[in-house]
Amino acid sequence: MAAYIARRLLWVVFLLFMITLITFVIFTVLPSGDPAVLRAGRQPSPQLIAAIREQLGLDKSKPVQFINYIGNILPFLGHNGFDFGFSYQNQQDVLPAILDRLPTTIFLTLGAVILWLCIGLPIGILSAVRTGTWYDRLAMGIALVFISAPVYFLGLVALYLFANDIGVFPILPGNSAYEQASGFFGKAEALILPWFVLAAAFAAVYARFLRGNLIDTLQEDFIRTARAKGLSERKVIFRHGVRAAITPIVTLLGLDIGILLGGAILTETVFNIPGIGRYAYNAITQSDLPVIQGTVLFGAFFIVMMSLLVDILYAFIDPRVRY
Amino acid sequence: MAEPLLEVENLVVHFETDDGLVKAVDGISYTVERGQTLGIVGESGSGKSVSSLTVLGLTRSRNARISGTVRFDGRDLLNTSEDDMRGIRGDDIAMIFQDPLSSLHPFYKVGTQISEAVLAHRDVSKAQAWDRAVEMLTLVGIPEPRKRADAYPHEFSGGMRQRAMIAMALANDPKLLIADEPTTALDVTVQAQILELIERLQSEFDTAVVVITHDLGVVAEMADEIAVMYAGRIVEKADAMTTFVGPEHPYTWGLLSSIPRLDSPRGEELVPIAGRPPSLISLPGGCSFHPRCPYVREAHKRVEPALEPVNGDRSHQVACLLDSSVRKKLWGELQQGAKPQAARNDVLEEEAGV
Repeated sequence: MAAYIARRLLWVVFLLFMITLITFVIFTVLPSGDPAVLRAGRQPSPQLIAAIREQLGLDKSKPVQFINYIGNILPFLGHNGFDFGFSYQNQQDVLPAILDRLPTTIFLTLGAVILWLCIGLPIGILSAVRTGTWYDRLAMGIALVFISAPVYFLGLVALYLFANDIGVFPILPGNSAYEQASGFFGKAEALILPWFVLAAAFAAVYARFLRGNLIDTLQEDFIRTARAKGLSERKVIFRHGVRAAITPIVTLLGLDIGILLGGAILTETVFNIPGIGRYAYNAITQSDLPVIQGTVLFGAFFIVMMSLLVDILYAFIDPRVRY
Repeated sequence: MAEPLLEVENLVVHFETDDGLVKAVDGISYTVERGQTLGIVGESGSGKSVSSLTVLGLTRSRNARISGTVRFDGRDLLNTSEDDMRGIRGDDIAMIFQDPLSSLHPFYKVGTQISEAVLAHRDVSKAQAWDRAVEMLTLVGIPEPRKRADAYPHEFSGGMRQRAMIAMALANDPKLLIADEPTTALDVTVQAQILELIERLQSEFDTAVVVITHDLGVVAEMADEIAVMYAGRIVEKADAMTTFVGPEHPYTWGLLSSIPRLDSPRGEELVPIAGRPPSLISLPGGCSFHPRCPYVREAHKRVEPALEPVNGDRSHQVACLLDSSVRKKLWGELQQGAKPQAARNDVLEEEAGV
């Protein structure tokens, strides 16, 4: 197991390096605004732009820029390490800025995860047990609608319906409420709409996924054995059926959490929540390479670490898995 | 004579599907006496598994049309509520299945799965149930049972898994054990051991056994009585000796001559039954075996044979339109080593001569 984890961690390092390289190449090759010009303000003199360019290190060749960036991140190599550079736009260090926004993103993610599991899993189980009934058809039909509706659409509809400033039923804090809210419960209240909007599509995906898995599992021989033993139908379905059908959900969940921790870009942007996602979004609109690099790297880090965690967890969930 | 333990009468199990009505079991009757063994033999799709699952109440569903009677120990099982059936399953009637790997839950320890069966029917503590599981594993001949109870199914060999399944089935000392192809998924060397084990435990526990198999060899030694099923019906029913020595249904002959035998001359070819089992949705008219029967006559394609005693002997019943004397002659020819076609010609000529 230890050897397996070590091997996987090495792979993680390589993966993160490749992701950094790709982000850098995309940013360099694709046309984007000149950071120095954007920084310099209105009608800058060529001298000012050149000065900014030198200050930001943009006068050096591209490979040198990249090597410098990597060198600053790696620990134990002359510098202090873990230096993700600073924003082209406001000189702020990238790493503290990300860490600052991380709790908000975590709060948003975890709330949504709990919500979509609580909604999606029971619906999926019920649908699988009652396959083909009107309940099943209705639930899966609604699920399809939520899967198809993008967050920016669903988010705006939710705001239009329920936001306390512009809503038809003004019952919940709307856009930008998070930053103004204070205290745990205030923040939580401000996140109710975003949580539901973010969780909707995921709940739908999980319900459909679990339904499909459980229908297959309930055809298995060991389910017939469980019934032949005289177990109650509830035990057959939960202890034997769901237990086996839910394992692939763990993989899905791990990756989804990883993706969202890297920034729920759409939700954070629609509801103006100051998390990593909005930070990344702003950076993209301002061609702020160090921030883009930092947030992409962070997102990738969460995804690969979560997938490693899932694989390790699997050894405990499924006794047949050994590393 | 005391009433039989299991009495199945005119059992019909049809399933409504999108393709039509599947006549999985089409009116079968049999009885199993206490402590006795009934072998149900037939190809896949002959309805042998469905009929047994129905006894356990495991085929009930929205699309299933079930009729007839199943009397077990004085109770009418077809009209027993699902809750009461649950009390009978795994307690009075237990079942083991073909593939022990897929029939055991991959995520639970073998001991857990056996004690779960105990806990479902007995008011005992988890520790007591576990002890019972270990005791059962000892009984079915698993070495180091206390340690093995803590292992997962994938850590067992195929034969050991089937032993564990048997341990689970017998944990509550059932009156009837249904073994559905208990050795089909196992190595040949292990098959005999498992059959021996079932026989030994059967006499120890005084359990009645229904063995379902496609392999007459499996039931040859175990069964007291053998029912041969074809396309949802019983076509021949007799005690084991008669089935092997004086069978009277062409399908039984076909099954017998497709078993390799040690005492047959070297190089002799096995005679397979031509054709394939019929679709249970659109059965051929008349005798449903007629498209594959080497001795078919024109009339057999229209008249349905009923299961009738041979010469008034109720212990040997056959559903065949040929005359019993003709059947005996044909079987005699086949036993001399004649091929079905040759036997047909001989007997037909003789008949024409008469």
